Amino acid sequence: MQDRDFNRALQADDDTRLTQSRLLVLALATALVAGLAAAAITFPDDFGRLAPLALDSLPRSGVLNPVTAVLLNYRGYDTLLEVVVLLLAIVGVWAIAPTPRIWFKTPDTPVLATFVRLLLPLMMVVAGYMLWLGADEPGGAFQGGAVLGGVGVLWAAAVVWLPRAGRPFWLRLLLGAGVAAFVIAAVGLLFLRGNLLQYPPEQAKTVILVIESAAMFSIGATLAMLFIGGYPRREEAK
Amino acid sequence: MMVVVWFDVTLVIILLVCGWLALTTPNLLRAVMLFIAFGLLVALAWVRLQAPDVALAEAAVGSGLTGALLLSTLSAMQRASQKRRSRMEAMQQSTKEEYDAG
Repeated sequence: MQDRDFNRALQADDDTRLTQSRLLVLALATALVAGLAAAAITFPDDFGRLAPLALDSLPRSGVLNPVTAVLLNYRGYDTLLEVVVLLLAIVGVWAIAPTPRIWFKTPDTPVLATFVRLLLPLMMVVAGYMLWLGADEPGGAFQGGAVLGGVGVLWAAAVVWLPRAGRPFWLRLLLGAGVAAFVIAAVGLLFLRGNLLQYPPEQAKTVILVIESAAMFSIGATLAMLFIGGYPRREEAK
Repeated sequence: MMVVVWFDVTLVIILLVCGWLALTTPNLLRAVMLFIAFGLLVALAWVRLQAPDVALAEAAVGSGLTGALLLSTLSAMQRASQKRRSRMEAMQQSTKEEYDAG
């Protein structure tokens, strides 16, 4: 099934005719670009800016980096849904892709293996540092998670490691941890404070840190599993 | 000040050229490489726009992980096309043998 899809993609790549449907897509894309450009050019200068309000509320948000404050505090609901989207992405890949597989061969040299072995712990420390730094400086769960995802990709590609546990409980726990922590925090605060994701200012930092830590591991695991692709299953006996 | 403006102008021009080449090059491997370079340059543009958070995410996800995914897909497609080619050659071979025999 996969080969057929690839064949179709390869044939489509050779085909460069301007068919009617392609012209329609071209027209729609051009209209979208034109509309966006028009909106950007005619945008009024004196629209109600939220930046001063966001900056003024920083002391009560629990963090000093305004971006993290927006992502995890002011607009926490959006970020919750983003983490859900990532979880849905991996569920979708697992539902469609047949088996996990690394498609390219990496050279089997001690140089690569040693380099990866030295680099991976360092990258994990960098990911944790980015998470911690996110409170005051640019960084945070998404950036740290992306670095963790890179750890997974390097590991899988260089060592050709594939998770083959029959029931990857820990893997699924890792993938769902971010959503779980976020939902628990949201619902808990709904009962305690009356509003979804309304942090008490004194504990805001702790809540944000807990949510971000869980989200970082989930994002990293999700990105790495997206690269590996396919639902990990026990290798069938031959 | 002048240097900064020239840097920005050069960056925009290289971005446009990179994007155009990535879309039009017939060599898919080259297209992926150009896309990765494009992503890194976009990250640089985000830094110039004073959005280091977005720059970090763009460099890691937009360039690094997407690049890895595209390279992986490319290998899979090349394998599929190789299989297709060998199958077609085998088919031609068999028809030729039939012709020779008949």
